[in-house]
Amino acid sequence: MSDVKELATPTERRLESTASLLRELVAHLTQQRAQLREEWAQLITEAKLLTAMTKEEIFAEATSVYDNYVEALETGTYEALQAYARNLSERIIPRGVETHEVVGIVLLLRDVLARSLFGKYRDDFNKLNRILDAYEPAANRIAITVAVGFVQERERIIREQQEAIRELSTPVLQVRERLLILPIIGVIDPQRARQLTEQLLRGIRTNRAKVVVLDITGVPYIDSAVANHLVQTVEAARLLGAIVIVTGLSPEIAQTLVNIGVDLGKMNTVGDLQGGIEEAERLLGYRVVLTKEATEEPA
Amino acid sequence: MQVPILKQGAYLIATVQSALTDEDLKQLRDALVGQVSKVRARGVIVDVTALDVIDSFATRTLRDVAHMIRLRGAETVIVGIQPEVAFSMVKLGLSLEGVATALDLEEGLAYLDRKVKGHNHEVRTHR
Repeated sequence: MSDVKELATPTERRLESTASLLRELVAHLTQQRAQLREEWAQLITEAKLLTAMTKEEIFAEATSVYDNYVEALETGTYEALQAYARNLSERIIPRGVETHEVVGIVLLLRDVLARSLFGKYRDDFNKLNRILDAYEPAANRIAITVAVGFVQERERIIREQQEAIRELSTPVLQVRERLLILPIIGVIDPQRARQLTEQLLRGIRTNRAKVVVLDITGVPYIDSAVANHLVQTVEAARLLGAIVIVTGLSPEIAQTLVNIGVDLGKMNTVGDLQGGIEEAERLLGYRVVLTKEATEEPA
Repeated sequence: MQVPILKQGAYLIATVQSALTDEDLKQLRDALVGQVSKVRARGVIVDVTALDVIDSFATRTLRDVAHMIRLRGAETVIVGIQPEVAFSMVKLGLSLEGVATALDLEEGLAYLDRKVKGHNHEVRTHR
């Protein structure tokens, strides 16, 4: 029992001394706030970081970062700093601030503060050492927190944009009563294939479509899994009472479909979109008549 | 749970109200095939809007119903298959081949009207 106590005591003492050193450090940083902040903002401008922001904005952000930094050192908790980093990232990412700039300014601040510590304790090397022992891990942790927050925010934005692109990429358009067109452009990956199916089947239901023209002129190639998925989608549409006409198959896609042994009886294909729409109109009983007026040259 | 079968003009309409056991399906099949000539129906509509699962037995039974009814001189159309149900059926290789399908009751009735009255224009292909 006594062994445990003896072992625990030095650890406790070290923890306590770290805490007291950090307190001393924080007191110093709070006292020197105006000057260090000014110095830091100066360095940011000199290093040509955050060029997307004005001098005043940099100074305002520098103040908040500084205060949050000191607070994180003081309390040893990083939640507030994390929240601030996220909030800051949200504001500056749309303005084109890069990852290296954010990491750069935090590292600059770390160095500015370390320099000021060197200045303060230059006469007492041992004390300086101990102060740095307490300061460095905390400062590194702060730098990591801010950088990770920034990168996470960027990733979130990228994910959102991907989602938006995906949604834009499968429009369902009604061109006539009961006739839908789905023009697909770009590579179809499995996730997009799933989304395509969902949009198509839902589109049939909401628009009460009888014929759907799926135009894949803009799709360079598909792999056999996606080809299979396409065939299944056509089948599923039939179960909803709609016919799917696939148009614009490239030679590569035709090859893939033949390779997986698609049942051509189940799949209506027409060479191009125009032919597909004409076929759909025929199925729906439309007849497009060229009138006299329309043949005249527009004035 | 038994499926009610209603007579509407020359057609029989069976509306499935809730999930069906295999026994219920067999009962539905026998009732439809039996009644079709009793009431001299020209067409049969099976509305499955309420089903959120259609398994292999149900698919086979529905297909059998359609084929048996054709042999007895009437047309069958399955209506109201949900989009998710349709896709999972296809994934499982259950595709109701040779059976007419339509979006909903209204479409099913329109289909039978065309089919039975022998309109020269036809919208659906059936294989």
